[in-house]
Amino acid sequence: MSKILVNIDGREIEASEGMTILEAAQSLGVVIPTLCHHEKLEPYGGCRICTVEAEVKGRTKLVASCVYPVEPKLIVRTRSDKVDRVRKMILQLLLSHAPDSEQLQDLAKEYGADKDRFEKESSFCIHCGLCVRYCAEVKEKNAVGFINRGARREIAFIPEIASKECWDCKECFPLCPTSALQAAYVFTEALVSDPPSFKPDSNY
Amino acid sequence: MPLIKSPAEFEELKADILLKRDPNKRTITLCSGSACHATGSKLVAASIEEEVQKLGLSDEVEIRKTGCHGFCERGPIIVIQPDEICYLQIKPEDVPEIISETIKGNKVIERLLYTDPATDEEIIHESEIPFYKNQQRLLFGNNIKIDPKSIEDYLALGGYSALVKVLFKMTPEQVLEEIKKSNLRGRGGGGFPAGIKWEGSRNAPDDIKYVIVNADEGDPGAYMDRSLLEGNPHSVLEGLAIGAYTIGSNEGYIYVRQEYPLAVENVGIAIRQAEEYGFLGKNILGSGFDFIVKVHQGAGAFVCGESSALMTALEGRAGEPRPKYIRSNIKGLWEKPTVLNNVETWANVPLIINNGADWFTQYGTEKSKGTKIFSLVGKINNTGLVEVPMGMTLRDIIYKVGGGIPGGKKFKAVQTGGPSGGCLPDNLLDLEVGFDELTQAGSMMGSGGMIVMDEDTCMVDVARYFLDFLTDESCGKCAPCREGVRQMLKILTNITRGKGKEGDIELLAELAEVAQEAALCALGQTAPNPFLSTMQYFKDEYEAHIKEKRCPSLYCKELINYYIDPQKCQACMICLKKCPSDAIIGEKKTIHVIDQDKCTKCDTCFEVCPPRFRAVTKISGQPVPPPIPEEERILAGRSKDK
Repeated sequence: MSKILVNIDGREIEASEGMTILEAAQSLGVVIPTLCHHEKLEPYGGCRICTVEAEVKGRTKLVASCVYPVEPKLIVRTRSDKVDRVRKMILQLLLSHAPDSEQLQDLAKEYGADKDRFEKESSFCIHCGLCVRYCAEVKEKNAVGFINRGARREIAFIPEIASKECWDCKECFPLCPTSALQAAYVFTEALVSDPPSFKPDSNY
Repeated sequence: MPLIKSPAEFEELKADILLKRDPNKRTITLCSGSACHATGSKLVAASIEEEVQKLGLSDEVEIRKTGCHGFCERGPIIVIQPDEICYLQIKPEDVPEIISETIKGNKVIERLLYTDPATDEEIIHESEIPFYKNQQRLLFGNNIKIDPKSIEDYLALGGYSALVKVLFKMTPEQVLEEIKKSNLRGRGGGGFPAGIKWEGSRNAPDDIKYVIVNADEGDPGAYMDRSLLEGNPHSVLEGLAIGAYTIGSNEGYIYVRQEYPLAVENVGIAIRQAEEYGFLGKNILGSGFDFIVKVHQGAGAFVCGESSALMTALEGRAGEPRPKYIRSNIKGLWEKPTVLNNVETWANVPLIINNGADWFTQYGTEKSKGTKIFSLVGKINNTGLVEVPMGMTLRDIIYKVGGGIPGGKKFKAVQTGGPSGGCLPDNLLDLEVGFDELTQAGSMMGSGGMIVMDEDTCMVDVARYFLDFLTDESCGKCAPCREGVRQMLKILTNITRGKGKEGDIELLAELAEVAQEAALCALGQTAPNPFLSTMQYFKDEYEAHIKEKRCPSLYCKELINYYIDPQKCQACMICLKKCPSDAIIGEKKTIHVIDQDKCTKCDTCFEVCPPRFRAVTKISGQPVPPPIPEEERILAGRSKDK
């Protein structure tokens, strides 16, 4: 593996080829906030809270550090007005779903995010996909998945699989950044309620 | 079926086909694209066949069902060759007259011709109709000459000669140089130079590489890729094969929407025919080059037009975009170098190879070469598909080709680039249409949607409409798009409903910045464009909605009221009878009054009030005048004015 010299927040570091900015920053002890990242899982790039400024050949753009691979002469700024603005807004958007999440509240303090900026729609789920991806990639069971798309997207346990696999596992519960009870709730719902009927979409 | 094994056999086949064809034979071509199917071209085709047979003309007359002619406003269209007599809006009952008068009697039927609204003159030849005359139909021109289900029709017009040329007379490097020199840019939206994209894949070290046709056209109102694939599928296949040869790929995919049944059918037939003749498959024409093409039908998600989502879907997973920090021409489908271009881009390739890059670059502007097909729709006289050289002004497209705005209405804006494009106002009508020009003006080329809007269109509602579409089509993977664009839609919906408040515009701008900067894919990054461009050019409309609760275009229902002007009402009873909610009070010779509590603002009274009275009006931003006292409603005194 060849080494690549990158600059993160003014500090030079030799990173290995194939590393992401997030990994390189972590090796320096620089903290970049994440919500959908997990070291056992493939990088996902969904929550975008790990957005940083990346400068290559004089051009600066915002990138998701968890998926952006290091490259020669890369200059990274993990905090800037723009980065903070993006993180603050994303937190405000997510807090409308999960206002009581401790992880979100801690970040909100750091970035000055107002948890009441948007109307509350407490679905609790912020669609980080940790439970879904952990079940698929680590446990290889696919007992929980996403259904629907866009604003209507939800996580759902598949009763046929969940009733067999989940009782002795439940490893996805503590992964949830909003509250472990979220996955537990959806899980229970899948097992006790009638099969879901497809209702016309009503709520945006 | 002849399997062609060498360039010499190809030339023989072509000569054979041409020999069998008499250029002077009467040919009735009938537009049979999807738009004309909708207006009844199948029935017209059946009656042509029946009539020709009945009169025993089968040997003298050829009938050819072609792809889209483009002038969809006036379809179904018949063109009788070789005289190029063009008849519009043909119904099955017109057919016997056409056959007896024009085919047998050599007489032109005037009532079926196009009448130029400007000069009142009747025009016989299709190419002289202003709609066609002002176009440059390099790609689309053959649509009217080809039965898309017949490979011989394509071969007769020189089809597959570009493939033969590259396989036997050009190295892949030479093809690449020619494409780069032509500066062909991607017609799917981004305008990325095709040659550079191809070069990246060609230079990648992998053994397996792929080429893909993106036919997942999903913009509301757009159907140019559909019509090209339906009408001339071999031109797309030929371009794709040339691209595959250039980058060293042996496998291609056509990702086409399942909602395009005729395109799926025709491209499937074309692939089978090309395989039978040896233009696809193993050892193509004896050159040693292998290339197969498979069709994949998309399941109806707009986001799958985005290249990484398309490839994810092609791999059999949910169509969600993935990060593209390594370009897909290096690491694309199944992590292999993949060149994905749109239908129109591929269709340009054989033209460039046959005629040379210098020929191609004579059309267009400095940075946007060639032609572009636009789907010209909305408030426009000549709805249809138009192909014009890059650099034509919006004004020429809308007025010269499109014939202007119907009903004497005023032009307000033209929306280009699909849902993520922008709306350009009348002071930009002289803008030359090109990739960079449109982007600089706050819109984009996109894949070529062009929606014309007149003075009755509310620009805040237009932004709301497109954000509604995009919220619905967002895959939901990343937060700035799933959450941010949804919040933008909520705010815009509130504004159009009279619930806008101070600070809304600023919050919209903040959300727009976050989506543009931080969303995962192009859908999210460009989703704020409908808001940003309408805000840039029509800010006063936003302010009227928010501050005065007034819709200047008198469109937003929650912000308007219907009112009958007592000075103009002639008590004709029409609106009263038509009102579906019994909201109009009155009787004969008694001025009508709208009961505002019952009115559902369905617009019926406004539409049915005779134009000579124009008594029903819409008002916005001000209170409805109180109804006149009942004793003053009697119309006796004014009845003689009538």
